[in-house]
Amino acid sequence: MATGVAAWLPFARAAAIGWMPVANCPMPVAPRDNSKRQDELIILNVSGRRFQTWRTTLDRYPDTLLGSSEKDFFYNEETKEYFFDRDPDAFRSILNFYRTGKLHYPRHECISAYDEELTFFGIIPEIIGDCCYEEYKDRKRENLERLQDDQEENKDMKMPNMNFRETMWRAFENPHTSTMALVFYYVTGFFIAISVITNVVETVPCGSTANQKDMPCGERYTVAFFCMDTACVMIFTVEYLMRLFAAPSRYRFMRSVMSIIDVVAILPYYIGLVMTNNEDVSGAFVTLRVFRVFRIFKFSRHSQGLRILGYTLKSCASELGFLLFSLTMAIIIFATVMFYAEKGSSSSKFTSIPASFWYTIVTMTTLGYGDMVPKTIAGKIFGSICSLSGVLVIALPVPVIVSNFSRIYHQNQRADKRRAQKKARLARIRIAKSGSANAFLQSKRNGLLNELLELTGTEEDEQKLTKSTSLLESQHHHLLHCLEKTTAHEFVDEQMYEQNCLETALQTYPSRSPSISSHDSSVGTCCGRRVKRNTPLPNASTPSAHPIPTHQGPLQELSAIHIQCGDPPSHSTSRSNLNLKTDDSGRINCKGGRITTAIISLPTPPALTPDGDGLHGPPQRRPSAGTNIVKVSAL
Amino acid sequence: MSVMGATTLVQTELFQQLLDSDEGELSTVCYRPEGLDRLVQQTKFSKKELQVLYRGFKNECPSGVVNEETFKNIYSQFFPQGDSSMYAHFLFEAFDTHNNGSVSFEDFVISLSIILRGSITDKLNWAFNLYDLNKDGCITREEMTDIMHSIYDMMGKYTYPSMKDSAPMDHVDSFFQKMDKNNDGVVTIEEFLETCQKDENIMQSMHMFDNVI
Repeated sequence: MATGVAAWLPFARAAAIGWMPVANCPMPVAPRDNSKRQDELIILNVSGRRFQTWRTTLDRYPDTLLGSSEKDFFYNEETKEYFFDRDPDAFRSILNFYRTGKLHYPRHECISAYDEELTFFGIIPEIIGDCCYEEYKDRKRENLERLQDDQEENKDMKMPNMNFRETMWRAFENPHTSTMALVFYYVTGFFIAISVITNVVETVPCGSTANQKDMPCGERYTVAFFCMDTACVMIFTVEYLMRLFAAPSRYRFMRSVMSIIDVVAILPYYIGLVMTNNEDVSGAFVTLRVFRVFRIFKFSRHSQGLRILGYTLKSCASELGFLLFSLTMAIIIFATVMFYAEKGSSSSKFTSIPASFWYTIVTMTTLGYGDMVPKTIAGKIFGSICSLSGVLVIALPVPVIVSNFSRIYHQNQRADKRRAQKKARLARIRIAKSGSANAFLQSKRNGLLNELLELTGTEEDEQKLTKSTSLLESQHHHLLHCLEKTTAHEFVDEQMYEQNCLETALQTYPSRSPSISSHDSSVGTCCGRRVKRNTPLPNASTPSAHPIPTHQGPLQELSAIHIQCGDPPSHSTSRSNLNLKTDDSGRINCKGGRITTAIISLPTPPALTPDGDGLHGPPQRRPSAGTNIVKVSAL
Repeated sequence: MSVMGATTLVQTELFQQLLDSDEGELSTVCYRPEGLDRLVQQTKFSKKELQVLYRGFKNECPSGVVNEETFKNIYSQFFPQGDSSMYAHFLFEAFDTHNNGSVSFEDFVISLSIILRGSITDKLNWAFNLYDLNKDGCITREEMTDIMHSIYDMMGKYTYPSMKDSAPMDHVDSFFQKMDKNNDGVVTIEEFLETCQKDENIMQSMHMFDNVI
C-alpha cells in the first residue's frame, strides 16, 4: 500500500461495510488503536531553521528516521523539539516527501550531499518521483564515472601482484603503463606505417631500364619488397599471437573487431605463400593483395578518434541507410528520365538505364565529369533539373546529417537509458506492489506462527516472532482479511497458486467428499461447507487433538496424498504415513494410479477456532468418518 | 531528408500551439466546503475529527473534489492483488449523492458519518443503497451479481482455493436464499432490514469499523 494514501485508509475501511451483509461468516477482530493520542505538532529544528509538521504526517513512513522512534535520539528536552545538525535546504525536500508522498531531487543540490542526507534520514533514493528520477540518475552516473576515473588513475600505480599474462594485456591496452609498452606501441605503429607505404610505393613506376618500359617498383625490386613485406607480416603475426596469449578471454578477443582486422591484414601473405605460381589462381591472389590495405585500420588502436568515428558510424547506420535509400530513389528516377529523353539522339552515351546511373550520380553530386552529356533538348532540360535537385538533395542534408549525428547519438543514448530505467522502475513498482501483498501474506503466516507458539512454544519464541507492524499495516491487513472472509477465498502468492493449479490438474479422482463430517457445524472452520466442497478432506483420524509433529515446520506447505482405499484407514497408518512421506514432497506416489497428491496451504488462522483443539496449522478441516478418501499429510 | 525536414516543421507547429494555449484560461475546478461548524452540525463527527479528515482529503485531492478516476486510483492502492475498479465505481455512485460525477468533501463526510456514526438502520440503509444500483428500491439478481463480481474481482487471480467462475453466482444464490423471503426474485429494503437484523454476524460486523476515525 502506498503510504501516501494512508490518510484514506479509514475511508477504505469504512467502505468495507458494503461487504458485511453479503458475507456469510463472522469477520475477524479489528486491531485496536491503543495509542489514541491527539494529533500534535512536532517541531523539527534543522541547524536553526524550524520546521513544523503534524505527528501523523511523519508517522506515514515508519521505516524512516523521522517516522520511527529513532528520532527520539535527537529530542531536545529543554526546547521540546527535535534538533538535527544537517543541511536545512536539503531537509526541505525530505520533509516535503512526508507531506506529499513524492520525493523530489532539487537540481541545484550536489548529488553526493543529497545522497548522504537521504541515507541519514533513512529514505531510499529509488522512491524519487518520476519527474526528478532521470535527472537524479544521470547525475549519479556522472558522479560514479568521475569516481571510477579517479580510481583508475590510482589503480595504475599499484597492482603489485599481477601475473605475467595480465601485465602483458595491460601493456597492450594502455601503452603508458610502462616503457616497454610504449616501445612496443611505437614499434608496431612504425611497422604499420612502413607496410602501408610499401604497399603504396610498390605500384609506383620506377625508372625504366634500357630494354623495358616503365615497371612498377614492385616488379623491379621484387626481392626487396618481399623482404619488407615478410618482415612486417612477421611483426604483425608475433603481435597478434602475443595479444591472443595475453587476452583474458581468448574467445572474446578473437571475436573482436580489432583482431579480425589483424587477421585480415596478415592472411593474404600466408595465402600467397601457400599458393604456388599457378596461373589460374594468381588472378585471385592479386585481389588478395588488396586486403593488405586493411593494415591501415590497425592504426585504430593508436588513434582514439578513429575508434570514436567508427562507433558513431555504427550507431548512425540507420540514418545513413535511409539517406542512401532516398538518394537511390532519386538516382533511379532521374536515370530513367534521362535514358528515355536521350533515346532519340544518335551516338548517345545513355545506352541503358544503368549506364545513366553514372551520369545521374555525377550530376547530382555536382561533380560533372563531362564524360556523358545529354544532347537532346529534353535531355538538357531534365539534366538541368537533375543537377538542381542534386544540389538540394545532396548539399543540404550534409550539415543536417552532421548535426543529426550528434543529436541522434545523444538521443539514442538517452532513449536507451530511459528504456533501461523504465524496465528497472517497473520492476521496482512491481516489487513494491508484491511487497505489500507479500506483507499481508507474511503477516498472516506470522499470525499463525504466533498462535502456534502461544500454545506450544515459549515466551521468548513468541516475542522473537512478533514483528513490530505499524498500526497502519495491521489495519490494512485486517481490511484484506475481511475481504477474504467475505468471499471465502484466501490470498496466496503466485507460486502457491501455481502449485495449487498443478495439483488440481494432477488429481485423477474427484476430491469431493460425499459425506460431510459431523463436526461440520463447528464454528472453527469458517464457511465450513463451502470450503469442504472445494478442498480435500483431512486425514480420517479421530478428531482428537494431536499436536503437530515437531519436525514439520508450520510454515511449510503440506502436500496431502489422496489414497482411495476401500477399508477405513486407521489412525496409525495415517500417522505412519505422515512420517513416511516426509521425503517425497514433489514425487507423485502412484500406487496403482490411485494416489494423487494435493497441496494445501495453511488454512485460516486458528484465532477462529474457539474450541481448544490443539490442531493448529494443518489440517484443520474436520475429518469425516466413513469416507473413502483419506488424506494423509506429508511433506 | 525531406522527411526529416517535415518532422521539424511539425514540431515547431506543435510548439506554437502549446504557446498559444497558455493565453487561454485554465479550467481547474476548485471547490471549498462549507464552514466547519456547519459540517459539525450536519454530521456526527467532532471538530477535530473533521479537521483530520479534511487534511487527508485535501492532501490527496488538492482541488477539493474527487472524481471517479482519482477515487478508483486511491481505492486500488489498498488492494494490490486484484481489480478494485468496479467496486470503487459502485462506491463512488453511493458517495456521489448529488449525482454530479464528483464527490465533494461534504458528500464524503456525510456518507462517512452515516457509515461510522449512524444507527444500525442507517448503516443498513446505506448498504442497501450501495447494492441497489439503479436506486429503485429493490435489489435484483443482476444488480447483486454485479456487486458480487466486483467484490470477487478484488481478490485477484491468486487465491486459495482457486477462484471458480461460479463462485460469485453461488454467493448470489445463497444471498437471495437468505434475504428474499417471499421469493419474488428481488430483495426489498424491508426484507433486507429484517433479515440483517436477525443475523448475529451481520449485526456484529456492522459495528466493527465504528472507531475507525
